[in-house]
Amino acid sequence: MSDELEIRERDELQRGEGTRQGTYFRPSVDIFETDDALSVLADVPGTDPENFDVNLEDSKLTIQAPTRGLGENWKPVYEEYRNGHFFREFRLGKQIDRDGITASFNDGVLTIRLPKQEEAQPRTIEVEEG
Amino acid sequence: MTPFANPRDWFRNELRNFFRDFTGTSPGRGGRWPSTRSGRDLGVFPAVNIYDNGEGFRIRAELPGVDSDDLEINAKPDQIELRGERTIAPPEEDANWHRREREGGSFRRVVNLPKEIDPDGVSANLKFGVLDIFAPRSNDERPRQIEIE
Repeated sequence: MSDELEIRERDELQRGEGTRQGTYFRPSVDIFETDDALSVLADVPGTDPENFDVNLEDSKLTIQAPTRGLGENWKPVYEEYRNGHFFREFRLGKQIDRDGITASFNDGVLTIRLPKQEEAQPRTIEVEEG
Repeated sequence: MTPFANPRDWFRNELRNFFRDFTGTSPGRGGRWPSTRSGRDLGVFPAVNIYDNGEGFRIRAELPGVDSDDLEINAKPDQIELRGERTIAPPEEDANWHRREREGGSFRRVVNLPKEIDPDGVSANLKFGVLDIFAPRSNDERPRQIEIE
């Protein structure tokens, strides 16, 4: 039987970290590393993939995903969570093969796969008899 | 800080909860409107927002990573039940975790509505990880299961 999920409080960012007007939140992420790649999965529900801004500069990965409001004729009656854009930055400790980066978006989850640059293979050196 | 937009609604809800407790009916976890909140307890998953445009209510919940196959919605004149499962796919073998903040698991939540709605007129949409339910106001009494678009 699965454990029951609980709500976690949203992590609000200080203003000025994103480029759009509005409140920003840090999305929950999973980051894991395998032999050949780093993978980042971020929960960014309510965002539109057309408006994503995913950027890798030096070894800093930035994810920006804006959301849209509901429209003025909808009055809030009860709000347990706040609407806002998503923003998060990461320092990657590995060299990334930039051309190999792929990203996909499914059901509000952004998945980014960052393949690591091939490191020099260890090589046995044969010593010839002189 | 209360999630209610109107303080009078908060008071009315407290009164409703009081009588519910007094009569011994158990609403179950998440059965109250809203979920009980105290200090660190943030309530039942998922967090919901309710909006009103005069013709009906709009209930929104964030369900990233949840497919409509993993979600069931049932509507009655005074409440809507959400139940389902959020599956977090396990990573590749031999993966080293750097961060693990996303959780999977089952959820069940009953959202009580401020006014009666018509279950036959309820529609639901799950897109980009957000569940969006429209429940028009009415006096209809029959419960009905809702299809998710």
